[in-house]
Amino acid sequence: MKFQLTEDQRALRDGVRQLLTRRFDAEALRAAVDAPGLDRGLWRALGEAGFFALRLPEADGGVGLGLPEAVLAFEEAGRALLPGPLIATHLAAGEVAGAAEGETVVAAVDGSGLVEWLAEADVVRGDAAGAVPLRSVDPLTPLHRVGGGAAVEPVAVLLTAAEQLGTAGRVCELAVQHARTREQFGQPIGAFQAVKHLCAGMLVRTEVARAAVYAAAVTADRTDIAAARLLADEAAVLGARDCLQVHGGMGFTWESEVHLHLKRAWVRARRGGASTESEELLAADLVA
Amino acid sequence: MDLTYTPEEDEFRARLREWLGKVLPTLPPKPSPDDWPARRAYDLGWQRMLYDAGYAHVHWDASPTVRLIFLEETEKAGAPYVGAGFVGLLHAGPTIAAEGSEEQRARWLPPILRGEEVWCQGFSEPDAGSDLAALRTRARRDGDDYVVSGSKIWTSHAEVADWCELLVRTNPAAPKHRGITWLAMPMDAPGITVRPLRTLAGSAEFAEVFLDEVRIPVANRVGDEDDGWRVTMVTLSFERGTAFVGEVVACRRVLRELAGEARKNGRWDDPVLRRRLGRLNAQFRALWRLTQWNVSEAESGVPGVGSSVFKLRYSQARQELYDTAADVLGADCLDLDRPWMLDRLSSLSYTIAAGTSQIQQNIVAERILGLPKGR
Ligand SMILES: Cc1cc2nc3c(=O)[nH]c(=O)nc-3n(C[C@H](O)[C@H](O)[C@H](O)COP(=O)(O)OP(=O)(O)OC[C@H]3O[C@@H](n4cnc5c(N)ncnc54)[C@H](O)[C@@H]3O)c2cc1C
Repeated sequence: MKFQLTEDQRALRDGVRQLLTRRFDAEALRAAVDAPGLDRGLWRALGEAGFFALRLPEADGGVGLGLPEAVLAFEEAGRALLPGPLIATHLAAGEVAGAAEGETVVAAVDGSGLVEWLAEADVVRGDAAGAVPLRSVDPLTPLHRVGGGAAVEPVAVLLTAAEQLGTAGRVCELAVQHARTREQFGQPIGAFQAVKHLCAGMLVRTEVARAAVYAAAVTADRTDIAAARLLADEAAVLGARDCLQVHGGMGFTWESEVHLHLKRAWVRARRGGASTESEELLAADLVA
Repeated sequence: MDLTYTPEEDEFRARLREWLGKVLPTLPPKPSPDDWPARRAYDLGWQRMLYDAGYAHVHWDASPTVRLIFLEETEKAGAPYVGAGFVGLLHAGPTIAAEGSEEQRARWLPPILRGEEVWCQGFSEPDAGSDLAALRTRARRDGDDYVVSGSKIWTSHAEVADWCELLVRTNPAAPKHRGITWLAMPMDAPGITVRPLRTLAGSAEFAEVFLDEVRIPVANRVGDEDDGWRVTMVTLSFERGTAFVGEVVACRRVLRELAGEARKNGRWDDPVLRRRLGRLNAQFRALWRLTQWNVSEAESGVPGVGSSVFKLRYSQARQELYDTAADVLGADCLDLDRPWMLDRLSSLSYTIAAGTSQIQQNIVAERILGLPKGR
């Protein structure tokens, strides 16, 4: 039993992180907020790096890796707040021409009856007839509502959990950075226990979620995935909220990136496989 | 990421399971929680059986993964806990093994393994709980003895212990972490008074221990004089990773029993309660995975987020579990003869004992996240 990441997995994670730092840094994030729209160049770069074809067999032109590696890549996407229908395109690799390469942007109707990035997509999976646009809470995720929902694949539920885990880890870091540098009453606010305990809570939720998400990636078991999703949603949503609190008034401004993390965490938390469904699945497991 | 076990580990599990299947039915009935002498005999008897079957060492020199398997299987099979053997097997024994002299190891370790002697832990004092290093129990040197006066509190199993791992202040002039010494105190020495304390669950789990000019041979000192804090940190580190393995397994079993009870009494139809049980399932599954993570980290020697993170979430989840049990039982939860309700009371200690949740949060924030120390 070696639950830790292998050398190759670490390298993959670092590689994705570097690519995202290069192609989607804080400045690019701000620019995306100011001028929403899907960056096709970035999408192709992700395709070239194998982000979408990660789990496609090598024989079919893919990278031939597994669910654990996909989870690590999506965790990084979550950390970086990478916008776009990432999961829908990833799941379409090998099924929709050009998806694996990042040439085709694929959106999908979700179990919750929402579609992300409908207007920008080249291909839409599921029945999006009569879709009505919403004024999306997340400036980086355009949303449409459709009549019905579609069944959600467990892999999609898990990858959402991975993105939430990325957010949870990132907001904990942001809060800690701020708590170390911001001074009030003549000392860094991180020396105050009330702030310290908020940060400790963020780390605890993140690490509990990490154990659940990574284990679910290894077992691919439905109940494990439901548990991972519940805990990752919790870690991301509560973490982003606490991060905002640690940032004080500055956290409430549009300029700070904290609200973007919280809003994205909210959007992901409503995707198919969300809390009620996961809780029922986990309850059923107890009497199985 | 790999969650599989080696063939040797699988074989260990299979052998242990078979042995447990054979011996558990031969155990006498569990004694009442109030009957300490009977509890002592029962717990030591179990340790003796482990010793004879070659499992006694498992807490000390087996790999963390083998320990994980041992704790998982014994709990699953419903085997007794370490019970009165807790301090000897999990604290004092490993400390003596790591820091003691040859003679000290030969004197104290075999009786712990064979289930012959019980140890207790005399760390906390009335005015030194979370701030353990503020302890004031004094030891002054007189020839070949230390002469000790002061008092200890919340000393678990003190009533039936043969030995106490005792922290004393040998140098009041030194900074508070520096003047502490670790001694093995025989509990039958003159000058020791043990006054049992009743817990909120009604039983006497721990005691107050008064020390009046108690003579302890200098030969009973483990580590150097004034170096007891470092020795103590060694002691506490033995809890890392696997301390709660059996309990997480037990909580997962309780959760299934609760779901079964809720189905029987109709409360399962309440979606709010049902989903709360589902959420607890997620928490305990994740805590089990976190245990595996910590254990595999201990195995590879990589320092990790470790035990404080685990303890914080576990103690909270355990209390939620028993609060949920109360809601499954409805008004019956006020009846202490109903299952789980005594456990509900004892779960209240989990956020206090072995370092309160507030102290654990300070540790996580300062040592893991690197936030500045407050004043
Ligand atoms: C069931 C049980 C068994 C025990 N067994 C033993 C044993 O065998 N041997 C032994 O030596 N001890 C034992 N203890 C004692 C245990 O280690 C202490 O109770 C514990 O460390 C807390 O100390 P305290 O009770 O003095 O609480 P205090 O330290 O007085 O704390 C009271 C409250 O103040 C908070 N607080 C204190 N300091 C801080 C701080 N710096 N920041 C924020 N909050 C703070 C605490 O979190 C707590 O909420 C046992 C305790 C229990 C409950």
